[in-house]
Amino acid sequence: MNPANYIYLSAVLFSLGAFGVLVRRNAIVVFMCVELMLNASNLAFVSFARIHGNLDGQVIAFFVMVVAAAEVVVGLAIIMTIFRTRRSASVDEANLLKY
Amino acid sequence: MSTLLSLVETTGNTGETVVFWVCAIIAVAGALGMLLSHKAVHSALFIASTMISLAVLYVSQSAPFLGMTQVVVYTGAVMMLFLFVLMIVGVDSSDSLVETIKGQRIAAVVVALAFAGLLIAGIGSATWTVVGLDKANTVDGGNVQGIAHLIFGRYVFAFEATSALLITAALGAMVLAHRERHTPRATQRQMSEERVRSGHAQNLPGPGVYARHNAVGTPAMLPDGTPTDRSVPEPLRGVSAVVGIDSDDTASVTALAAGGSVIPTTDEETES
Amino acid sequence: MSPFSGAVTHAAEAAPAVTAATGTFQLIWLLIALPLVGAAILLLAGRRTDKWGHWLGLLASTASFVVAVLLFVAMLGQSDDQRTQVQHLFNWIAVGTFDVPVDLRLDQLSMTFVLLITGVGSLIHLYSVGYMSHDRDRRRFFGYLNLFVASMLLLVLADNYLLLYVGWEGVGLASYLLIGFWFFKDSAAVASKKAFVVNRVGDVGLSLAIMLMFVTFGSVSFEGVLGSASKGSQQSMTWIGLALLLAACGKSAQFPLQSWLLDAMEGPTPVSALIHAATMVTAGVYLIVRSGAIFDASLPARNAVIVVGAITLLMGAIIGCAKDDIKKALAGSTMSQIGYMILAAGLGPVGYAFAIFHLLLHGFFKADMFLGAGSVMHGMNDGVNMRRYGALRTVMKVTWITFMMGWLAILGIPPFSGFYSKDKIIEAAWSVSPVAGLVTLVGAGITAFYMTRLFAMTFHGEARWTDDVHPHESPWIMMFPIAILALLSAVAGFILNLNNAFVDWLKPVTGLEEPQLPFSSAVLPIAAIILVLIGAVLAWIPYATRAVPEVAPAGNLLTRAARADLYGDAANEAVFMRPGQYLTRWLVWFDNRVVDGVVNGTAATIGGLSGRARRLQTGFARSYALSMLGGAALVAAALVLVRL
Repeated sequence: MNPANYIYLSAVLFSLGAFGVLVRRNAIVVFMCVELMLNASNLAFVSFARIHGNLDGQVIAFFVMVVAAAEVVVGLAIIMTIFRTRRSASVDEANLLKY
Repeated sequence: MSTLLSLVETTGNTGETVVFWVCAIIAVAGALGMLLSHKAVHSALFIASTMISLAVLYVSQSAPFLGMTQVVVYTGAVMMLFLFVLMIVGVDSSDSLVETIKGQRIAAVVVALAFAGLLIAGIGSATWTVVGLDKANTVDGGNVQGIAHLIFGRYVFAFEATSALLITAALGAMVLAHRERHTPRATQRQMSEERVRSGHAQNLPGPGVYARHNAVGTPAMLPDGTPTDRSVPEPLRGVSAVVGIDSDDTASVTALAAGGSVIPTTDEETES
Repeated sequence: MSPFSGAVTHAAEAAPAVTAATGTFQLIWLLIALPLVGAAILLLAGRRTDKWGHWLGLLASTASFVVAVLLFVAMLGQSDDQRTQVQHLFNWIAVGTFDVPVDLRLDQLSMTFVLLITGVGSLIHLYSVGYMSHDRDRRRFFGYLNLFVASMLLLVLADNYLLLYVGWEGVGLASYLLIGFWFFKDSAAVASKKAFVVNRVGDVGLSLAIMLMFVTFGSVSFEGVLGSASKGSQQSMTWIGLALLLAACGKSAQFPLQSWLLDAMEGPTPVSALIHAATMVTAGVYLIVRSGAIFDASLPARNAVIVVGAITLLMGAIIGCAKDDIKKALAGSTMSQIGYMILAAGLGPVGYAFAIFHLLLHGFFKADMFLGAGSVMHGMNDGVNMRRYGALRTVMKVTWITFMMGWLAILGIPPFSGFYSKDKIIEAAWSVSPVAGLVTLVGAGITAFYMTRLFAMTFHGEARWTDDVHPHESPWIMMFPIAILALLSAVAGFILNLNNAFVDWLKPVTGLEEPQLPFSSAVLPIAAIILVLIGAVLAWIPYATRAVPEVAPAGNLLTRAARADLYGDAANEAVFMRPGQYLTRWLVWFDNRVVDGVVNGTAATIGGLSGRARRLQTGFARSYALSMLGGAALVAAALVLVRL
């Protein structure tokens, strides 16, 4: 089993997540896409840990999960707040900060 | 845990290949499903499947601890949080399909494809020498022990920092979600007085009273025969059921209340 | 044989020993300090000195004259080689090898000037007390006069060129202030500005000369420059000489910088007499004679001086013939006479002493005539048009007689003053170049014509006064200085020429050569007198014996040109002013369009680009995310490319 396959998978998932961030407008779905990207990178970390034969990659992936959890908590709270005031979860609605 | 570990290690290359392809297909399919489904709830379910398959892949890569953590943290906690918020925001909310930013979709396709292509090209041009985690996982007596050794050893400061981060995040979420009361909470007496003053001291009519359809979406009739949409639960008001009450319905209900026949005649139908 | 063969000689004897000033000579600084203090008090103390200010000015000038006489007597008591006295006052600039002390140098040449400046200056101060008695700014006038006297004395007493430059600028300033004394008249304000600007052109020459001297000799002191002038290369001597000539042209109103002098007559008449006839305008002659060693070392520079002198001599004379304004006619005459001096100074050691001799005598008779003109104007309600004069001899007898002294002196009729100096200049000019000699001879004839014309139109013929004019003699306070100057005009030349006294007195400083003439030395004086008589008669007949039209006739081409100052102003306008204006206009256009255009265009371009780039900030987070991903793709592309 070639470990490169994991990396390919990781790249594909990351690109799909990035594409989702670009095209989806529901803030919650965008958030999911971000989570997908984080997961893709985690997969890459784990694969590289295996390839290089040490556990540091797994530890980093662990930290990524922690940070992702914190990020989700705060991010969703922000989405909630925005939804409360604007009655919308679309990222395109919050576009007042512009030229 | 150790049985699982040994299972993974004894499956060998063939087993791992099978696991990989199955999980990879599920993961990519889940990601695509998340991207393409209109409803956020579907997206959440799709990404949950992706995450679970990723957890399996972690386990198959000698990272059982991370695999478990993935299941617990992501599919367990994070996705539940997502669904929770989705329920608050509105489970029905779906994206409109019309792209508002000109050229965004095409540009996104091009850039994402280019990015994926470049990544894959980069990966493809790399050469690999796989060391494997067999040795690293056995030094401390297992994968979990090895990670613990690192977290509480070399990465202890980062670990402590994450604790601060988590507390901050929790506080932040509380602050953001908190709503300040600007007026004192109304007492029961105040509420009843308010109710009498509003002219509807009696209970609101229950759903389904005089209804021709046994549905919560259908408004109730007031004693004077007029329908009131206050009888409809608030989330359903104005959605679908209230519309469609026409004067015929009202008239027939009024006739029924007066003791007349409720069966409309064919003539009447043709007339109307 | 070159016509200029006799010109280049090195005045070996023109390096007398320098003696540090002791005894009486320690008073040298007082010469400058007295009028300077007078000027300071008069100009700084303001109106509270109005009542007695003019007497203070007169006192300061006269005291300076007394000191000058004391010094003169003391100098006469010294032997020839002891007469160059240098008084060190203080160190002014000491920068590395550039060392400029404030030293005052009193030798025979500067002594002559000091006596002329303080003597004539004091007389004119006295005259001004009367002449300016009705002017409410008389105090300011005397302040300026004192400032002028102090600056002029500094100019002639300086022992180095830089200090001379200070005095040079000081007299320029005083001249500017005095020409524009009646600044409420447009013409006076414009004339003062013109004089100032034209003088600046000359000053550039002097500053260039000083810089060249420092580069060439490493020194700007007279001793350091003139002592080693014969060792310098001829080329650098030529350039220094030409720069000095430019300076002299500016200050002495020589061609091509002559245009300011005629307009300078807008100043009060005593100013015209003192500054624009007797002293300041002769500073150029002083500069050339003082820098004789440089001109001795360069034949081209010397020839340039001769040519400039000759041209101005004729120009001034021709302009003088056509002017009806008495002061302008006299100003033309001044130009012409200074042309004589410059020409003589260009002749070399054969002419230096006579240039100064003529300068001194010219100072007497021209001041006499200017003051006489002032007296006439005083009696004629400040009218200057000679066509409205005539027959004034009947009512202004003293003025008439004193003016006649000046007239005879400038004509060069023996034994009046002008004869002795002018005749020597003609002789020296002939010995160097027949052309120069011929110019001076012809100039003498034209001089006789225009001076006789002026004299006859003013004092003879029939009265052409306007009805409101009641000519009268001026008060004694004005006539006394005129009388003294008339006396000097009459006899000074004769006295100073006894035993060649003046020339021998100057010889240690200027050097001296006997002119070598191809014919008997009696020929030239006789020829000159004949020419003068012809000129005088030619003028006398139409202007004294026939009626003079009260409105100037159209005249021929030359007359019209002379009335227009031989188109000096027109030439300046055509050559400098118009192109300058076009250049400035073009520069303004260039500045507005090209320079500002580039600047504003850059700003507009950046502004426009920013305005468009601004549109990228759509506020849509997804757009920004697209940019980020694009950037990430580029980074990935770069990494992949590097690995290829």
